[in-house]
Amino acid sequence: MNRKIRDTALVVATALAALVVVAMLAVILLDVVRSGASAISWTFLTQPPSGGMQSGGVGPAIFGTAALTILMTVAVVPVGVVTAIWLTEYAAPDSRLARYVRLAVSNLAGVPSIVFGLFGLGFFVQTLGRGVDKVAFGGVVTYGKPGLIWAALTLAILTMPVVIVATEEALRAVPRDLRDASLALGATKFQTTFYVVVPQAMGGILTSAILAVSRGAGEVAPILFTGAAYFLAELPTHLNDQFMNLGYHVYVLATQSPDVDKTRPQLYGTVLVLLLLTFLLNLLAVVIRVRARRASSIARA
Amino acid sequence: MPTAALPTKIEVQNLNVFYRAEKKAETQALKDVALEIRDREVLALIGPSGCGKSTFLRVLNRMNDTVPGARVEGRVLLEGEDVLAKGYDVVGLRRRVGMVFQRPQPFPKSIFDNVAFGVRAHGLTDKNEIVRRVESALGRAALWDEVKDRLEASALSLSGGQAQRLCIARALAVEPEVLLMDEPTSALDPIATARLEELIHELRADLTIVIVTHSMQQAARVSQRTGFFYMGNLIEVGPTKQMFTRPRENKTEDYISGRFG
Repeated sequence: MNRKIRDTALVVATALAALVVVAMLAVILLDVVRSGASAISWTFLTQPPSGGMQSGGVGPAIFGTAALTILMTVAVVPVGVVTAIWLTEYAAPDSRLARYVRLAVSNLAGVPSIVFGLFGLGFFVQTLGRGVDKVAFGGVVTYGKPGLIWAALTLAILTMPVVIVATEEALRAVPRDLRDASLALGATKFQTTFYVVVPQAMGGILTSAILAVSRGAGEVAPILFTGAAYFLAELPTHLNDQFMNLGYHVYVLATQSPDVDKTRPQLYGTVLVLLLLTFLLNLLAVVIRVRARRASSIARA
Repeated sequence: MPTAALPTKIEVQNLNVFYRAEKKAETQALKDVALEIRDREVLALIGPSGCGKSTFLRVLNRMNDTVPGARVEGRVLLEGEDVLAKGYDVVGLRRRVGMVFQRPQPFPKSIFDNVAFGVRAHGLTDKNEIVRRVESALGRAALWDEVKDRLEASALSLSGGQAQRLCIARALAVEPEVLLMDEPTSALDPIATARLEELIHELRADLTIVIVTHSMQQAARVSQRTGFFYMGNLIEVGPTKQMFTRPRENKTEDYISGRFG
């Protein structure tokens, strides 16, 4: 009897723990949707903030977030995928360099994001940017200031481990027999990698890119010093322009407003847009992963 | 049988192969193997699991290079040239010495693209020539009639036997001189197996074939000569008929009469 009670207690405890997680998510979502839905309108989605951030919208922030994320993806995916290909396909299993690269990747994944922000400021803005100015613009400050390109590159470094690890997993899932079959036909290592292995792993590679996007799209700390602007009515048109960002805008609305109560609807609306954006990206990742899994299960049958 | 008159295609001398699994002691997979493979013969290799016959096969076209921790000593002369020599063109070797594996491994591409893969990889771009090679390879692999109307269909839609013949067609399209087959029928049903054995007979007209098999009946059916491996040693090699009726070694006799293995 005693044993039965303990069993039941365990079931109840684990169910409760799970329930707490679900409940918290539900509370957050409900609160955000309830208070934010009314703020969403065409004006809100397209117009810049106005009237001391108490009216208007988040148009430039949506645009800025999208531009930032696209640039980041363009930067991180090729480098991350090529690194993963080198790690799984080319580096010898006992290679010391590969071990150091893996160590660096896993350490990179553990660095707090504010540190990336400071690194981006120090390396990209102050070192690389000023270097570019000195060489190409005769010392006139052009790239030696926070801007879209530097924020995107900082985010790219932050999301690099995600891309590398997920791509490595996708490549490792390609059966060795398939590589052997290609090599035995007299295909070179390069041909085998790029015409057999990578196409087979494409679903996983795309998933890695989307994981990076959904990770990077919500980050604020890395772009604080490297390009995000408090308020800009104009959309960024050049790589060195500053930009508005949804995540940063949430922070601004919540802490920098003269009248927090009056900006609250705007705040909730912005959070809702950010959540929807992240949710959509995750949904896309799931769809691609499922399709890739279906394709590879056909390959096994 | 005029097998004695055939010239030598591949000559293997003092072949030793070692494997080292991570941080463990090296184990020897092949011990001082010497063997001659004749032009346009079917040589069957038999022996219990782990006897080294598959390892031997993979040495012949250097597929063992892809196994981490493998070390090979000795000489494998393909028409007099040592393919194990440093700096030997391995990719070129595999174009001359093709391989078919235990489980068919069609690429997730169309049937046509599967067969054209090797040809294209070798830099052939002439469309008519690629089509000619693909059709002829599918014909030689006895698959043409079954797939001629759906060359653009995915190769993954083929049955096991068809997929294996596709893999043979894929290997043939490259026009190799030698074809290595590693238990090519172990994943096939009896009917598909019979078709494949028939195919081996036909291919012998212009190919040298080395086939590793678990089935002694298969060795007896398809080969002119048979080699018996046991614990890394090549115990005996000779005309197939003689191997199965009057083997020279006791171990061979014990194995083929089913006393072990």
